[in-house]
Amino acid sequence: MDAVLDNLDAVVRAFTYTLLLFLISGVLSLVLGTALAALRVGPVSVLRLAASAYVTIVRNTPLLIVLIFFRIAAPKIGLNFNFVDVQFGDIRLNNLFTACVVGLTVYTAAFVCEAIRSGINAVQLGQAEAARAIGLPFAGVMREVVLPQAFRASVPPLASVQIALLKNTTVAGALGVFEAFARMRSLNNDYATQRIEIFLVFAFVFVVLVEVLSFIANRLERRWRIA
Amino acid sequence: MRFTRTKALVAATGLALSLAACGDAGEDSEGVDVQAEEVEEGKFEEGSRMAELAEAGEITIGVKYDQPGLGFKDASADVPSGFDVEIAKLLVADLGIDPSSDAVTWEETISDNREPYLEAGRVDLVLASYSITDERRQIVGQTGPYLITGQQVLVSADSDITGIADLEGEEVCSVSGSTSLENVEAEGAVGAPADTYSQCAEDVLNGSVEAMSTDGAILLGLAAQNEGELKVVGEEFSEERIGVGYSLESPEMCEWINGVLEESFENGDWEAAFQATLGGDDVETPEPPALDECA
Repeated sequence: MDAVLDNLDAVVRAFTYTLLLFLISGVLSLVLGTALAALRVGPVSVLRLAASAYVTIVRNTPLLIVLIFFRIAAPKIGLNFNFVDVQFGDIRLNNLFTACVVGLTVYTAAFVCEAIRSGINAVQLGQAEAARAIGLPFAGVMREVVLPQAFRASVPPLASVQIALLKNTTVAGALGVFEAFARMRSLNNDYATQRIEIFLVFAFVFVVLVEVLSFIANRLERRWRIA
Repeated sequence: MRFTRTKALVAATGLALSLAACGDAGEDSEGVDVQAEEVEEGKFEEGSRMAELAEAGEITIGVKYDQPGLGFKDASADVPSGFDVEIAKLLVADLGIDPSSDAVTWEETISDNREPYLEAGRVDLVLASYSITDERRQIVGQTGPYLITGQQVLVSADSDITGIADLEGEEVCSVSGSTSLENVEAEGAVGAPADTYSQCAEDVLNGSVEAMSTDGAILLGLAAQNEGELKVVGEEFSEERIGVGYSLESPEMCEWINGVLEESFENGDWEAAFQATLGGDDVETPEPPALDECA
């Protein structure tokens, strides 16, 4: 316990990085995943193919490989994020952070896309047909009629995807971002006698974070049940 | 029918033989050739851990696999190489076990599992760039040091950084969970954790980070691997005392380890091991360090 309390500022900073990785990639993956889902059910066959190819390739690649691609392979072919350098106090969002966010976003978006597509499939066909009948274009059908209902049906799978993302951020700890997992390893190295306590504290914080996420998802589900 | 079965058998045998041949091809001649010593009766006290190991004729040593110059295992090599490994060979040979035989198991230990492995008896000794600290001495035995190193900075060859002081507020890469990473932070730089030192070197090469930092010896090894692209700069800004780890259950090992180290300091084995691994044309062999007293 002392190990964690003595280094509380570093631990808080580490979890800030974890949360920032999660929040930024979470929002971006929702946006990208929704767009992909719309393409997958859309009327243009080329885009439909492209979106399903994206999902097939990214979903079948291990996260570590996706992240290593953006962190190590991409700079080799001239694709780097050196233009990013934002600083708030002790928190630095740099090229390494950005590469990890991009990797996590690209990876999670494939799962978001499929979760939302399952939601779209849950919306009765008659809804889309009725929307077409009153003259809405495809974008209108999706935005006004299908997606609002699809999101409701996809809250449980989306919550799982986002919880997985929160835990996946730990991979960034081995790729240049000093987030919770990397900090835990550092503390473990320094305080060999308190390993188990350190581990339990970090695990407990993760459990709390995931519980908060589950709670939010649960509330959304209840709120949107009858609308 | 029978004919095809015979053919399949021949093919399978041939394949097995050729695979076995591949296994042998990885023989590495790097390092010093250490011969096992004769262990005469009564060399080790009855019931001591050393006597048990000498009796069993087998030993498991925890080493690192990813630190060029100290403990490094090439993908094609059967056994790791480096200064840690050379010192381990001297200890093994003193027990009367042939260091180059299968009787020695080189178990990879990463920074996090060195103490647990010793406590659980999964390894008998740890020589894995294991710096001696009071914290660690509470749960495992550590003696030595057999090497004193300091941390330096590795930058790209065209960089104008001259040392850690120039890197305040900049990202400096080092391995996640290592003491080097702590020292980098203590010096005011921003630590960028990586999985291995070669990954850090890659990041310096492609410009993702300005610099990386760890023991000077390892950096020299990496700079040598990427000659003309990377350089080691600055004075050493930390002191690491690299020692041998053993289990607290067998405290008698301390005197024995110190004895073997002392002997190697005197008869030149230590120097030979240093020159074969960390030494080079422009690296001066240091004086052997003073050993800690056993409790």
